Amino acid sequence: MQLPSDAALTDQPLAPEGRGRMLLLACGALAHEIVALKRLNGWDHMDLACLPAILHNHPDRITGAVREAVAKHRAAYDTIFVLYADCGTGGQLQAACAEIGVEMLAGPHCYSFFEGNAAFAAHEDEITALYLTDFLTRQFDAFLWRPMGLDRHPELRDMYFSNYDKLVYLAQTDDEALTAKARTCADRLGLAFERRFTGYGDLATELAARA
Amino acid sequence: MSDEENDIILSELDDDELVQQMHDDLYDGLKEEIEEAVNILLERGWQPYDILTKALVGGMTIVGIDFRDGILFVPEVLMAANAMKGGMAILKPLLAETGAPRIGKMVIGTVKGDIHDIGKNLVSMMMEGAGFEVVDLGINNAVEAYMEALEAEQADILGMSALLTTTMPYMKVVIDTLVAQGKRDDYIVLVGGAPLNEEFGKAIGADAYCRDAAVAVETAKEFMARKHNQLAAG
Repeated sequence: MQLPSDAALTDQPLAPEGRGRMLLLACGALAHEIVALKRLNGWDHMDLACLPAILHNHPDRITGAVREAVAKHRAAYDTIFVLYADCGTGGQLQAACAEIGVEMLAGPHCYSFFEGNAAFAAHEDEITALYLTDFLTRQFDAFLWRPMGLDRHPELRDMYFSNYDKLVYLAQTDDEALTAKARTCADRLGLAFERRFTGYGDLATELAARA
Repeated sequence: MSDEENDIILSELDDDELVQQMHDDLYDGLKEEIEEAVNILLERGWQPYDILTKALVGGMTIVGIDFRDGILFVPEVLMAANAMKGGMAILKPLLAETGAPRIGKMVIGTVKGDIHDIGKNLVSMMMEGAGFEVVDLGINNAVEAYMEALEAEQADILGMSALLTTTMPYMKVVIDTLVAQGKRDDYIVLVGGAPLNEEFGKAIGADAYCRDAAVAVETAKEFMARKHNQLAAG
């Protein structure tokens, strides 16, 4: 499957190819990782549709968008697996998925399931950490810098981030250039930098369990 | 801001024009201009309370309305708030000296596990601007910190803030503790934060959910007025 650009995954939905019995309905920020796992494991029976990744910044819109997409695609597939965690919906996505009879990922957000929900929960002292994934590192300006107005008002930086002390880059892949970019993001925010390799974490095991 | 506006000399404006210009400068987040204008009005003999209410709060009210209507966004509101903060820093010691009216006292803080304080800081500032005394506990507050401050400060209002869906349930822990200790009715409990809504506020037993700083001020005033009426009737 050929994916569109990260900018397109950020702002536009990705339509399924219409092949396979199971639809993975995912956040666009996970598209690269899901395609990599599908290829790696030969999961050709899984088709992929994505909602615009920028919903990450608007969690109040996620539940409605998922409901709509499930209703749109459900007749064409045996099952739909929603590849969102709670993602700031405050339990509303979980309740909606239960109501419409589809499964979703466990955990509070992608930072957690990439590292592994159990391992992430064990970091009790990390409330002052800001997290990036591979996708969010590549799209740092679109998800963080510009929406927070830091391109227009760089002086707001400390108002937003003075209570944070580090940026943790949760790396799905070993990519020196991306690590360097994540480090630059930390510098731009005035935060210490930490890289933590996660691979695909619970995303891989949850997909494997349903393959 | 245009070059033409840059040429405005604040000290040459009459009082009405200057207040209007302060509203514009607050809207544009111009902290230095606000500080300069506050000092000019003080030199002209304005009472600190009048500068606060007519120039600063008046200007921020416009910002608040345009934020609610989707004309302004968070970064612009923060720039305006920062400008107001500059003016407040000059006025605050003078307000204490000149015995400005005090409506009530609020203890406010972000809940345990949460370090986000932008909304809370905005509420604190607008509450102070409206004549409330505010004791700001900062971020990451455990129930004990709230209980201790409410008692020590003899507060009228408890304000709690959270930005995360994972931390907002902690508000209920605090309210349940108030109930368990028989103190719930001693305080007006207001809650706010991006992931909250009215339903959540009701479910955890708060008096009100406040969707923004302006609503927090209006709600606090209403509840204080009711409290005074009850006391007068009782």
